[in-house]
Amino acid sequence: MEQLLGALASMAAGVGACVLYFWGGNAVLDLIFPARGPDIGPNIRRANMVRPWLFLGPALVLLTVYLIYPVFNSLVLSFYGPSAETYVGFSNYTWLLADPGFHESMRNNLLWLIVVPAAATFFGLIAATLTDNIGWGNIAKSLIFMPMAISFVGASVIWKFVYDIRSEDVDQIGLLNAIVVALGGEPQAWIALPFWNNFFLMIILIWIQTGFAMVILSAALRGIPEETVEAAVLDGANPFQIFLKIKVPQIWGTIAVVWTTITILVLKVFDIVLAMTNGQWGSQVLANYMFDWMFRGLDFGRSATIALVIMVMVVPIMIWNIREARKDA
Amino acid sequence: MTSVSLKNVSKSYGTVEVLRNIDLEIEQGELIVFVGPSGCGKSTLLRMIAGLETITGGDLTIDDIRMNDTPPAQRGIAMVFQTYALYPHMTVRDNMAFGMKIAKKPKAEIDAAVANAARILQLEPYLDRLPKALSGGQRQRVAIGRAIVRDPKVFLFDEPLSNLDAALRVATRIEIAQLKESMPESTMIYVTHDQVEAMTLASRIVVLHGGDIEQVGAPLELYERPANTFVAQFIGSPAMNLLNASVVKTGASTTVRLDHGGEVTVPIASRAEDAGAKVRLGVRPEDLTLAPPEGSFLKADVEIIEALGETTVIYFKPVDTGTDPLIAKLPGIHKVAKGAGLSLAAAPEKLHLFGEDGLSYLYRD
Repeated sequence: MEQLLGALASMAAGVGACVLYFWGGNAVLDLIFPARGPDIGPNIRRANMVRPWLFLGPALVLLTVYLIYPVFNSLVLSFYGPSAETYVGFSNYTWLLADPGFHESMRNNLLWLIVVPAAATFFGLIAATLTDNIGWGNIAKSLIFMPMAISFVGASVIWKFVYDIRSEDVDQIGLLNAIVVALGGEPQAWIALPFWNNFFLMIILIWIQTGFAMVILSAALRGIPEETVEAAVLDGANPFQIFLKIKVPQIWGTIAVVWTTITILVLKVFDIVLAMTNGQWGSQVLANYMFDWMFRGLDFGRSATIALVIMVMVVPIMIWNIREARKDA
Repeated sequence: MTSVSLKNVSKSYGTVEVLRNIDLEIEQGELIVFVGPSGCGKSTLLRMIAGLETITGGDLTIDDIRMNDTPPAQRGIAMVFQTYALYPHMTVRDNMAFGMKIAKKPKAEIDAAVANAARILQLEPYLDRLPKALSGGQRQRVAIGRAIVRDPKVFLFDEPLSNLDAALRVATRIEIAQLKESMPESTMIYVTHDQVEAMTLASRIVVLHGGDIEQVGAPLELYERPANTFVAQFIGSPAMNLLNASVVKTGASTTVRLDHGGEVTVPIASRAEDAGAKVRLGVRPEDLTLAPPEGSFLKADVEIIEALGETTVIYFKPVDTGTDPLIAKLPGIHKVAKGAGLSLAAAPEKLHLFGEDGLSYLYRD
């Protein structure tokens, strides 16, 4: 009870402080530059120059403290040793270039990068097209979209059951192994199969992201003018040609945005790998590797270096993505 | 030779019937205009001919081949849409060539067809542009070019000028008329709600209303001899005035007494049993003239005057009636005061007579 009251009180205090800041700040500004008297014109102009900064100020400060400063600090840390006390020059970077764990992570990240955005966008596009053309499309859409609502860790737990393996003398409770055994095959430890386990982990993210791609692409498909499709029908195009030559080119911008959005997500993929394999059996990825060095290796320098690698890869895609999204609007 | 024939064609969505028993024969080389108010079914009828809507009843034949179930691309038609419906990601050239590319025609043949269409429509400088780099009028020309490239038996136009501004609409209308002249063999079906387009372009007009054909005929035939009150009021602007009256004398010409007084003899035949029947006397605003009181059949109170210079449009109410205002369109400038009394008359041969059912006395047999 006491805790609850405390929480409520701090919420009220926080909101009150915000109101006080914005409303009070604005009032003070109007006091300093009153919109009356002989200097009314210059006063209004001056107040209008200050006002945006007054309102944006808190956000800018918070962004600086929690976003911009950490980036620069990471850069600095990457030149220091494990406990961030000794300057080590580029040795973190030379270590990274030679490190087999990093090579494995890079290779796996590239695999994820190639497979997941392509597969999620492809399945999303197929799902969007098909669900727009059937009577129970809305139900199908809800079902396909539902994994979006599940956290990555939650999804991993679900799929851990799908990939589960038991010893051969008991019934297989894993869906995949149950099917394999029913078909007369040998049960496999799917997530421990080197190389192939990467793809079993990717399926989880594809399963989650297809719904996202479908919703965005479905909206784009509906935005295509019906007359262009009818004109193509009159021109003799079959449904397949209409899809590939009339519809897809018209939503190309949206496809690119969906693709790159998922690409950014994939570069940061972490939760699924941590929950499923924790990077064992050759399934390591950059974000999990960074986490490993930070909290298990307790090496600030090396984990900061890996973090910078991820950032350098994400930033250009993100800039392109934002530009493309703006162009669409 | 009959190009397009509709026999007893109907269309319904579930229980809602939007077109009923449409019978129409279109000769090769005609430019037929479907005209009617919104929701009359004119666009639906066009889309049924195109194959974009199914035909629920009756037969459609093009060049004597039944086309009800033929895919649109094989009907030998091409359509120009109101919104142009250009493929936005293709150049003008590719837009026009798309159909032939789908049909896997040889490249030389495609190039020749596109070049020909571009020449006719003066689109040569724009062939490598995307539609978004063209003006509305140019886009509509590309849409027409795409139709020409298909070399169809029948051209279908679905309100092609509605998205253009007024000046461009007139210019493009003339271009379409010239296009028709340069292709005398082609049949064209043109849908519009604009009666000026209908009157200026059509060889024959089909007036549709509420899913029925009201009248089919040459533009001036519809103007001079409308079959019913709907056509009478739809063709011509401002709309024809209709005055309630009853027949007082029948024969080779008919004398009617207007409900608010005044008698007039119309040179339209009536039967003996028409005596005493309620009728509606139609007179076009532009046929009304000022007349001395003794020669007039309409005494009017002026309500609104619109002086346009070349004409003066007068909205008036017949004396002692509560009907909607009637309209007279007089040539030139008339200085008339609001509330003034006027005497109006019209040449008897310009008058129209409709029965209580709305059908013209002219077409009774």
